[in-house]
Order: sequence, then C-alpha cells, then structure tokens
Amino acid sequence: MKRYIDFYITSIKLAIMEQWQYPIANYFYMIGMVAEPVIYMVVWSAVATQQGGTIGGYTPAAFAAYYIVWTLVRSMNVVFTPYGWEWRIRQGQLSMSLMRPIHPLHNDVAFFAGWKVVTIILWIPLALALSFFFKPDLHPTFLQGVVFFFAIWFAYLIRTMTLSILGMVTFWTTRVSALFELYFAAELILSGRLVPLSLMPDWVQRAAWFFPFRWAFGFPIETLTGNMSVNDLFLGLGMQIAWIVFGALVVSIVWKFAIRQFSAVGG
Amino acid sequence: MPSVISISKLAKHYQVPEREAGLKAAAKGLFKRTYRNVKAVDGISFDIQPGEVVGFLGPNGAGKTTTLKMLSGLLHPTAGSVSVLGYEPAKRAHDYLRQITLVMGNRNQLSWDLPALDSFDLQRAVYGIPTDEFKRTRDEFIEILDVKDLVKKPVRNLSLGERMKMEIIGALLHKPKILFLDEPTLGLDVTMQKRIRTFIAEYNKRYGATVLLTSHYMADVEALCKRVIVIHHGQLLFDGDLAALVEKFSAFKTVGFNIDDPTQDFSSYGDVVSVDGSRVVMRVPKAKTSAVTSSLLNDLAVDDLTVEATPIEDVIESVFSVKKEAME
Repeated sequence: MKRYIDFYITSIKLAIMEQWQYPIANYFYMIGMVAEPVIYMVVWSAVATQQGGTIGGYTPAAFAAYYIVWTLVRSMNVVFTPYGWEWRIRQGQLSMSLMRPIHPLHNDVAFFAGWKVVTIILWIPLALALSFFFKPDLHPTFLQGVVFFFAIWFAYLIRTMTLSILGMVTFWTTRVSALFELYFAAELILSGRLVPLSLMPDWVQRAAWFFPFRWAFGFPIETLTGNMSVNDLFLGLGMQIAWIVFGALVVSIVWKFAIRQFSAVGG
Repeated sequence: MPSVISISKLAKHYQVPEREAGLKAAAKGLFKRTYRNVKAVDGISFDIQPGEVVGFLGPNGAGKTTTLKMLSGLLHPTAGSVSVLGYEPAKRAHDYLRQITLVMGNRNQLSWDLPALDSFDLQRAVYGIPTDEFKRTRDEFIEILDVKDLVKKPVRNLSLGERMKMEIIGALLHKPKILFLDEPTLGLDVTMQKRIRTFIAEYNKRYGATVLLTSHYMADVEALCKRVIVIHHGQLLFDGDLAALVEKFSAFKTVGFNIDDPTQDFSSYGDVVSVDGSRVVMRVPKAKTSAVTSSLLNDLAVDDLTVEATPIEDVIESVFSVKKEAME
C-alpha cells in the first residue's frame, strides 16, 4: 500500500510538472471546451426567456450556474480514451507499461489526476469570467461543497473505468473508434451533458439511473446547483462508489482476457 | 549451475488475415475472411546460465523480438514452456517483473517534456526502490555513462544517443538480474554504440546479470557475447560459441595487397572483390590461404600483403543462406 501511495504522489507530481510545461496549450484547450456549454447556456436561456422566464424550474441564471459548473465537471471527465488505447498499442507504449510491476491503469489514473490539478487551477479565472458575463444563481451550502468535491473525483474514476473497459476492446479489434462514438451518443443523452436531466422525458430520467453516465456527469453538477436533500446527496455518492467498484471489477475481469489477446503489434 | 532462462519447444503462431489486392477482394473479405498461420517462433529450445551474455541473432522477421516478448511476459506462447528465474513470464508476476528489464531501441519510457531525473524518480516509485539505494545506483550509472550534464535537460532536447543512455539508466535502476536488450544501439553513431556496449559489459560484471541481446550491429555481438544463438524463420540454426560459429561458417579469408599493375588476371589465386588504385582485395578459400599467400609473394611483386578473417556480418549472412537452403 505504501508503495502505491508513493507511486501516486510521484506520478501526480510528474504530471503536474509535465502539464505546466504547456500552460498556454492547456488554456486554449479549456477555452475550446467552454464553447460547448456556452452555446447550450445561450440557447436554453433564450428558450427560458421565451417561456416566461423559466423552463422546468430553470431560470437563465440557473442555467448559467449549471453550465458553468458543467465546465469543471467536463474537465474532470477527461480521461484516457479508447483512441488513446489504440494509439498506445500501435505505438508500442503499452508494451513498456506492461513491463512495470504495476497495473497500467494506475498509471492512467495517477497521470490524469495530476493533469486535473492543473486544469482546476486554470479553470478558476475562466469560471470567474463566465460568471461575470452570465450571472449564475449559485448558492451552495458547505455540505454541498464537500459532496461536490468528492463527486467530481468519483466522476473521474467512473469515467476512467468505463472508458478503460471500452479501450480494452482494442485488444480484440484494434480499432474501437466506432464503438466510442456510440458510447458518446448515449452519454450525451443520458448524462446531463446536453441538457439538465430534469428537463428530459421521465423515461430518460429513469433510464439514466441505471447507466454510469449520470453519475459521472449530471450528478456532480446537481450536487452544487440543485436542491438535493442530504439523503439524495449521500445516495448519489453511494451510487458513484458502487459504479467505481463495479467498474474496477469489470476492468479486472476484462483485463485478464484482454491481455491474452495482446500481440504487441506496435512493439 | 541451474539455468536462469530455460525454454523448451517454444512456439508462437499468429493467425494473420490476408487477401488479394483490389476492391473485389476487399468486398469478398467482408463475407469470408481468409487467414494464414504465421509461425513467428517455431519450437525453439535453449538454456542460459546466470551471468551469461548471449547474442540472439537472426535477420528481420526471424522471431527474435517475438521470443524476447515471450521471455519478458508480453506475449503468451502458443506452445512449449518458458521459465525465467523460475517464473512463468506470461503470468507477469510483479516479483518477476521487478527482476527483469526489456530495453527496445525504438521505444521509450521517459517523459518527453521533463528532465530524465524526474522520470528516474518515477522508476524509483514504480519499483519501490529505497531512496538511499536509488540515489546510489542512479549516481553510479550517471557517472559510468558520463551524463551528469544531460540528466537535468528535458528529454526532448537530447540527441538520440543521449536519450538512449537515459533509457538504459532508467531501465536498470532497479538492478534487474535479467536484461532483455532488443537493438539497444539502433540508429546510434559508433562512439555512442561503444559507450553503451561498455556500460552493458560493466553492468554484467558488477552485478552478475544475465543478458540476452539482439542487434544487427555485429560489433555489439563481438564485444559483448561469447555465445550466440541464431534463429531464422522461427527455428534455431545455431547455438554455441561465437568463435565456433565463425570457424564453422567462415569458408573464406580476405587477402589484400598492393601491386603496380592491378589490372592483370588474378583468377588463379582467388576471387577479386575490389580494386582501388593499386590495392587489390581478394576472397580466398580458408584452407588455401597459406598456399595462395606464398604464391602471391613468390610469383608477383606485391607489397603490404594482409590476411583478414571474414567480417562477422558476412559469416552470419552465410549462416542464414546456408541454412535457408537446407530448410527449403
């Protein structure tokens, strides 16, 4: 355990140092990421105004709060994608990772966690600028803040697990991009990324409970912007933990079969 | 002494999809795929003793890298058995991975944007090396390879050879007992190749490590390996002393001399390989070398007569060609 803690601390430090080498590139990347929620925010605010100032309980200021928090959750959602799995197998990078006495997934989790630290720091001025222009209605309690802190890191782990499972399909097919596009479409509808889930039809909201997407995206935003009861906040965290455990279990099972398929094509 | 590496009838076969060129064949392939069974490694056996440095030779596609990948646990064998340090590599036990290393000349594991020192620290954490021991080993390797000024530069600013030195330091910080080196001097200039060879030899001497090395540079093999294993088309062609290989497969010697008239007919002495100014170089059957040199000295006015063994590259080439014919 001590070795793993040391590994995580060292890897995270390394990732932070690495990412600070390119602050401008990281900033442009984040600015690009902000374009999507700004469009959603403007469109939904216009719709709400036309509907008499509110739609499904969301005012333009509530939409602003939702989508500004969205930008941070989206940054936390960036993990090693199936495209990355394709790349590392083709380039032979996975072979080098496999030679280490530590599962490659630890490497991914630690590296991206380090990157998050940089993106969170870079996000703060962006969030302030967005708040200045869009005037969000955001008044979280201390408990909401604490739950949000854990929820965004749990969201990161859920997405890491789900996309790792998807990425491991690469061991059988080499090209997994099409499957990723399908996953992305489902995520867009069932996560709360496109629109707050409470504005979706009932059946979509019910279905979202049974998929990981909501717990990796919509739930963390709602912890800060919604009016969730204490029970719902902890139930949500419980669901996130359940998805992380379930994801880790599936990852370890799939990995056992996947690694037998590994042909080290790229070296 | 028990072997540290022992493989028996080891095989790795791949099912490779194949089709004819063209749209029609591509469309047909959507419904019915045809596969070819490729025997990358086809039933090879050998043992390696602790502390040995063995050259693993073969032309491109012979199965060298595939074998190294099976030995290091990256690939599961199709058949046969592998034992390294008493472990089955394919299980990739962490205790096993802590005792080996695989260096591939065209792969890197250092962070591109950071000084190598930072990546070395990650290696410390990965392998759980105690800090004092890590610093001692790191500084020792830095000194042997004379890279004190380079370890603080971002890796992206280093030359290929400098990067390779860093890769090797990073790969050996945990002081592995077994080194699998796949073309470690690939693309490096002669000076850099020599530096890396010296380092590998020094590491072997200091720590008694076992080394299995593939290289297309015969200078690496000559400098480091007493024993060579030659494979071709996945099959073992030769396993023994490098000197015995040269003796067995080197049928010719190279005889060179200076002469005033290099245009005359030398066919009765041997095959002329080249004529450069007054210098003539000939290939002579090994058994006739003494007789030919005597005749040259007696019959002609030759100067600076030299007799050289066939370059090791040519010997290896003749091993491949002789055995290939025997296998076809």
